[in-house]
Amino acid sequence: MSGAIWVVGEMADGGLVRISTEIATLARDLAAASGGTASGVVVGEAPGAAAGELADYLPAVRAVSVAGADGRTAAATTAMAVADLIAAAGEPGPTLLLLGATPDGRDVAGMLSALLGWGVLVNASAVTWDVTVGGPVVEMSTFGGRLITTSTFTGSHGIVTIRPQSVTAEPAAGHGVVQSVAASDSPVLRPVALVDRVAEASAEAPIEEARIIVAGGRGVGGPEGFATVRSLAVALGGAVGATRAAVDAGWIPYATQIGQTGKTVKPALYLALGISGAIQHKVGMQTAETIVAVNRDPDAPIAEFADLFVVGDLFEVVPALVAALRSRGT
Amino acid sequence: MRIVVLTKPVPDTTGAERLGPDLRVDRTASPAVVNANDEYALEAALKLVEAAGEGEVVLLSMAPASAPETLRKALAMGAHRGVLVTDPALAGSCTLSTARVLAAALRTLEFDLVLAGADTSDGTGGVVPAGVAALLGLPYLSYAGRIEPSGGRVRVHRLSPVGYDVIEAPLPALVVATQALGEPRYPSLKGIMGARSKEIATLSLADLDVSVEAVGGAVGGAVATTRVLEVRPPVVRAATEIVREPAPVAAARIVEFLQTRKII
Repeated sequence: MSGAIWVVGEMADGGLVRISTEIATLARDLAAASGGTASGVVVGEAPGAAAGELADYLPAVRAVSVAGADGRTAAATTAMAVADLIAAAGEPGPTLLLLGATPDGRDVAGMLSALLGWGVLVNASAVTWDVTVGGPVVEMSTFGGRLITTSTFTGSHGIVTIRPQSVTAEPAAGHGVVQSVAASDSPVLRPVALVDRVAEASAEAPIEEARIIVAGGRGVGGPEGFATVRSLAVALGGAVGATRAAVDAGWIPYATQIGQTGKTVKPALYLALGISGAIQHKVGMQTAETIVAVNRDPDAPIAEFADLFVVGDLFEVVPALVAALRSRGT
Repeated sequence: MRIVVLTKPVPDTTGAERLGPDLRVDRTASPAVVNANDEYALEAALKLVEAAGEGEVVLLSMAPASAPETLRKALAMGAHRGVLVTDPALAGSCTLSTARVLAAALRTLEFDLVLAGADTSDGTGGVVPAGVAALLGLPYLSYAGRIEPSGGRVRVHRLSPVGYDVIEAPLPALVVATQALGEPRYPSLKGIMGARSKEIATLSLADLDVSVEAVGGAVGGAVATTRVLEVRPPVVRAATEIVREPAPVAAARIVEFLQTRKII
């Protein structure tokens, strides 16, 4: 495998999402290692602003305008536009597509895999270029984090989805060129109408992107207990997460759930309050750089993999911790 | 309302899963269970058929020949019948092969909706349902927290970081289910007894025409688009520091610890 690497940018509210800047940084590194090129694609009704942001990280970005895209879901529109661009690029076109391991990124990657006949390597925590293999080597954590696998493609083309926070985003030395491209009109995929957008909670940043997460579990005891969790999150400038038990009990929305049937996160700090650390939760947070847990039960499984484990009542420890953080001006 | 639920038997996630010497998932190493996210899809399908007052829920699975043992539990929950695509050549399939085979199998079935789980606990990629939708030209509505079919269309609440998007498409369509749809039911004793006599039709690759999805019909482990190079254990975390002190002392220790690690 050689040649061009394309980053498929992801948009939210007209701007670029942060994972795309992380992936663009990775794409530059891979291009340098492989002797190829890195560039970007952003698809939308008005992709200019997001394409401009992506051009801070890449030498060239294609901004594909799709009329009426805002009235449709992103996945089919983006996948179709990117597949058309690749068909139009001819040979040698791109050989490697990079997307986020996010809901939108997974949707687009799955569709592009089917449309192009290219394989997908998923949930990468690291990607390197291996001269011996002659292509990208993709590392992922599997079986609840008990194994790390490295994989590659058997053919000359591939798609990789990359976990948020796997790479530190760094802008390129110079601003890249944004090229406007009109989308061709070939509706291979059925469009899905976007009828309405509903914000339920106060618009918080996605927990996948949070540097610090304070999460509550069964030990939080109820919806009121999450006020205590939130007070610590505010004091640390972090986001609030939860276990499935807390979500199932209706204490906090599903969007905050971390674990096997929720989200996978990789923050710099994961502060677990009243969380036992069962395997279904552990799979979603164990790659956090630092794990601190507060739990009354000294035998909770999280004691096995936390860096710091405080045996105590979270309703006593958290207010003391918030006070200590405030007194040092954090 | 005819609904097909994509259902995958996966290794039980209690810790015995492993890769075999060929670096593929060793599906004999631990007992297979129905993938947790697929159970949410099945529960949603059962509720939709119950609400419609007519129709059926069909399980579609691509899995080893031992899969019927696992699929019985999904049948006990209330699914009407199962279709299992099983063939030794499919062992070691990549996600693209899997999508192609499931798409070819779906072309042999009649349905209004296809439901799938958001991802599987073994592969964790979450890319197969989108691939199936693309191959069949079905509208694709993902990450559903609510599913409302009416008048030949389906409306879905697609979960977003801040709430949900309301999206809509004509039937037939493929919808990806999430846990937000509600807890899966436990099989009743009657359900368990009844499941024993429910049909699980078995198809081999020879029974499917995969040539529409793959040039020359090439699917399976031999033409996998990806391969595992190496497997290793994760870096062992440093030993846990245990703090058993009164709250103010413990809090001070946490602050100090976070400062040492330059987190605050």
